Amino acid sequence: MSTMPQTPVGPIRDERSGAEQRASLWAGVLAAVPLAVAFAGFGVAFGSLARTAGIGPVAAVVLSATAFAGSAQFAAVSVLGAGGSVAAAVAAAVLLNARYGPIGLSVAPVLGGPWWRRLVVGQLVVDESWAIANRGNGSFDRARLIGAGAVLYLAWVTSTAVGALGASVLADPRALGLDAAFPALFLALLWPQLRERRAAAVAALGAGIALVTLSFAPPGVPIVAAAAACLLGVRR
Amino acid sequence: MSPAWTIVVVVGAATVALKAAGPLLLGSHRLPAGVLDATRLLAPALLAALVITQAVAGPDGLAVDERSLGLAAAVVALLLRAPMLVVIVAAAATTALARLIL
Repeated sequence: MSTMPQTPVGPIRDERSGAEQRASLWAGVLAAVPLAVAFAGFGVAFGSLARTAGIGPVAAVVLSATAFAGSAQFAAVSVLGAGGSVAAAVAAAVLLNARYGPIGLSVAPVLGGPWWRRLVVGQLVVDESWAIANRGNGSFDRARLIGAGAVLYLAWVTSTAVGALGASVLADPRALGLDAAFPALFLALLWPQLRERRAAAVAALGAGIALVTLSFAPPGVPIVAAAAACLLGVRR
Repeated sequence: MSPAWTIVVVVGAATVALKAAGPLLLGSHRLPAGVLDATRLLAPALLAALVITQAVAGPDGLAVDERSLGLAAAVVALLLRAPMLVVIVAAAATTALARLIL
């Protein structure tokens, strides 16, 4: 039914030379730079929003450094700012970040080395760095993940600090259209995969599930529900 | 602990644990073929869902706004085989322009 290439099984060691891996690292950095601009815009906005919701600068930066996931952080802070309970804020954020369970599983085979190194590199995973590192055949490029993840992490944490310390927002990121940069990135990364029939079917199913569920389910649920679409595409 | 710090600590710890679970528990063990197949298809499923939720999700469910025009511009750029940077800038610029004019 499918002509998808076989993915290598088992521990996938990066057999490439140091120079090739450095080239991958730089490719990841360069791919992430335009997104880092968007991250920085939203990081400043997040820092300011946290301040107005009663979250101090240190707490805001700690949250950005540990959660490192814009949507979940915005959700938690806006629930709190709107007078919601701590439990509701936590539930919204954890639900939004639930996808990092399966995402972590998907990159795990290429993250070699001692446990602490896998732990650290695993924290650099965010939708955008994961998507940039995706080779499109189910395998991931660790060097690209590190390059892209590090750039985005630095942009996110430092811009949160700038916003939380009270720098008035220089420009509204929405007025610059920066919120439209994210769906465009994800579409651009999905695009080449649509040539393969089974991947295209799973993508259509995932999009359909997200579209239907987002009208009634709380934020985060549509993404988790759509992720389940990959199970339906598995060959038996 | 203040409500703010409670949220920061719980959400931060939960996310670190979620991101670490796969890499730490799986280590460099091999994945069963079925799971491997599922993780390979996770990318298109999740990317498609992210396109939808980032482009047309609003606070109260479905929200078709200027972002949709930006996404349409991205589709045109992709059809013209533009590089990724051009695709992203086209989407942002179109959305910004639409917000300015409309």
